Amino acid sequence: MKQHFALIALLVLFALAPLAAGPYLLSVLMLVLYMAYLGQAWNIMMGFAGQLSLGHSLYGGLGAYVAAALFAQFGVPGALGLVAGVAVAVAAGAAIGALGFRFGVKGVYFALLTIAFAEFTRVLFEHIPGLGGPGGLFLPVASRSGVDLLYLRGHPLMFYYLILAMTAGIFLLCRRLLDSRLGFYWLAVREDQEAAAALGINVFRAKLWAVMLSAGLTSAGGVFFAFYYNSLFPAQAFGMGRSIDIILAPIVGGLGTLFGPILGALILTPLGEVITWGTEAMGYNPAGLKQLCYGLAMLGIVKFRPDGVWPWLRRRLGWDGEGTP
Amino acid sequence: MSGAPALLAVEAVAKNFRGLRAVDGVSFSAAKGEIVALIGPNGAGKTTVFNMIAGVFEPDGGDILLDGHSLVGLRPDQVCRAGVGRTFQLVKPFGNLSVEENVVVGALRWAADVTESRHRAIAVLEMLGLADKRRMPARSLTLPDRKCLEVARALATRPKLLLLDEVMAGLRPVETDRMVETFQRLNQETGLTIVLIEHVMRAVMALSHRVVVINSGKPVCEGSPAEVVRDPRVLECYLGEEGA
Repeated sequence: MKQHFALIALLVLFALAPLAAGPYLLSVLMLVLYMAYLGQAWNIMMGFAGQLSLGHSLYGGLGAYVAAALFAQFGVPGALGLVAGVAVAVAAGAAIGALGFRFGVKGVYFALLTIAFAEFTRVLFEHIPGLGGPGGLFLPVASRSGVDLLYLRGHPLMFYYLILAMTAGIFLLCRRLLDSRLGFYWLAVREDQEAAAALGINVFRAKLWAVMLSAGLTSAGGVFFAFYYNSLFPAQAFGMGRSIDIILAPIVGGLGTLFGPILGALILTPLGEVITWGTEAMGYNPAGLKQLCYGLAMLGIVKFRPDGVWPWLRRRLGWDGEGTP
Repeated sequence: MSGAPALLAVEAVAKNFRGLRAVDGVSFSAAKGEIVALIGPNGAGKTTVFNMIAGVFEPDGGDILLDGHSLVGLRPDQVCRAGVGRTFQLVKPFGNLSVEENVVVGALRWAADVTESRHRAIAVLEMLGLADKRRMPARSLTLPDRKCLEVARALATRPKLLLLDEVMAGLRPVETDRMVETFQRLNQETGLTIVLIEHVMRAVMALSHRVVVINSGKPVCEGSPAEVVRDPRVLECYLGEEGA
């Protein structure tokens, strides 16, 4: 009960934040929500089904590029582009998953496969004519006011509430999934594939569902990114850095937990902002300082709280027990 | 072979591992409601036979029939859905899940939803005396409890045939008796057919209707528990020729 109260309080806090927050703070909060959303999507594959993907930028990038290109080239509304982008990403996830799982590629080798596909796609998108190449793809912006959810054009506040709704939605979806047949299958596969199969679970199919769902949800995050920032570069959209950014929040917050990705994003994003702000204030900005600090945070987590911050915090708060997110 | 139609018929199965004939022409059957023990010295090929029934290995020769349908070529999950539940000699609990959740996974094999599966899981855990530990993570269980959990999970799938791979090993005599009693009750009440691999003779003698002895992958003899322990060929394969 307490954790439900805390979650609702957090949701209300985020919903009311625009009343008090300025544009800068609002952009930081959006980044928190965006990272929590992507982390939650990645967590389905790694935290629930135990399949490590280090190339999740592929799905985000595919969603972003497909929807953005359809809009920029043919004027297709963003909401329709979203459907196309998600479909392409799900198909890509299914193909990679089928390839890897069919041939028994497991663990780090599967992770390497996911990186390879993301890198390959990055190079590919740098050479597709009409998508801007390495120079980037830019979305035309007619106005930054109003609310047009069909075309995904409008005031920054529209995007804020959009990502808030997406993050709340994916949280509820994941909670539902964890208490479903498929969720139990995933956990069993994560813990021991042989034992899972002996209990009648089609391991291949369970893993494939995880990749497809995770890919589809991640690509929806990519579409949001494209229409909010209005510019896309293959080196970023499909980059290794983006893939790492996606996995940090759930690992820091707590793999396989529902609240972990949110808590991780709440810790890491402000940390990144403080570092940026600090280096700017000092007038000295060494390249990669933020990544270095993230790396140190990771080291600390892996060393001292390998389960992540949330399981530890949950114990400290005495919220352990049935139905804890 | 008895007159009743065999639920499980293992017909001259063979398995090679890189030229090593691990199992060579083993045949036996289990009638519906029968408890059959598969015994033999270490390395006799008992677990390999189990793994062939369960779909982990495909036999290089012979056939395995459940209710007259061949299991050969099916994946482990398909064999389970055909009605075979199994335990692993080296227990494989879902360590980070609770004891109850472990069993829920098994019951989902047939249950319509998670709620029904939970009800069934609790019933199975109560039957096996694990109900008071159902909230604990499976990794925190002691070895006897883990063995018990293996059985609970397999039973939750509602198998026609239960394969038990050394579930008594490492149990104290009291725990063994308790386990034996549970299987006897299940067998009598539900007609569950059981094939077990076991070294604990106390359990074999008490539980099995028929014993099949194999050695070096080959069949040695079969008969009632009392017959088998007196058979010189059995003593020979356990103790060597001079001991016999």
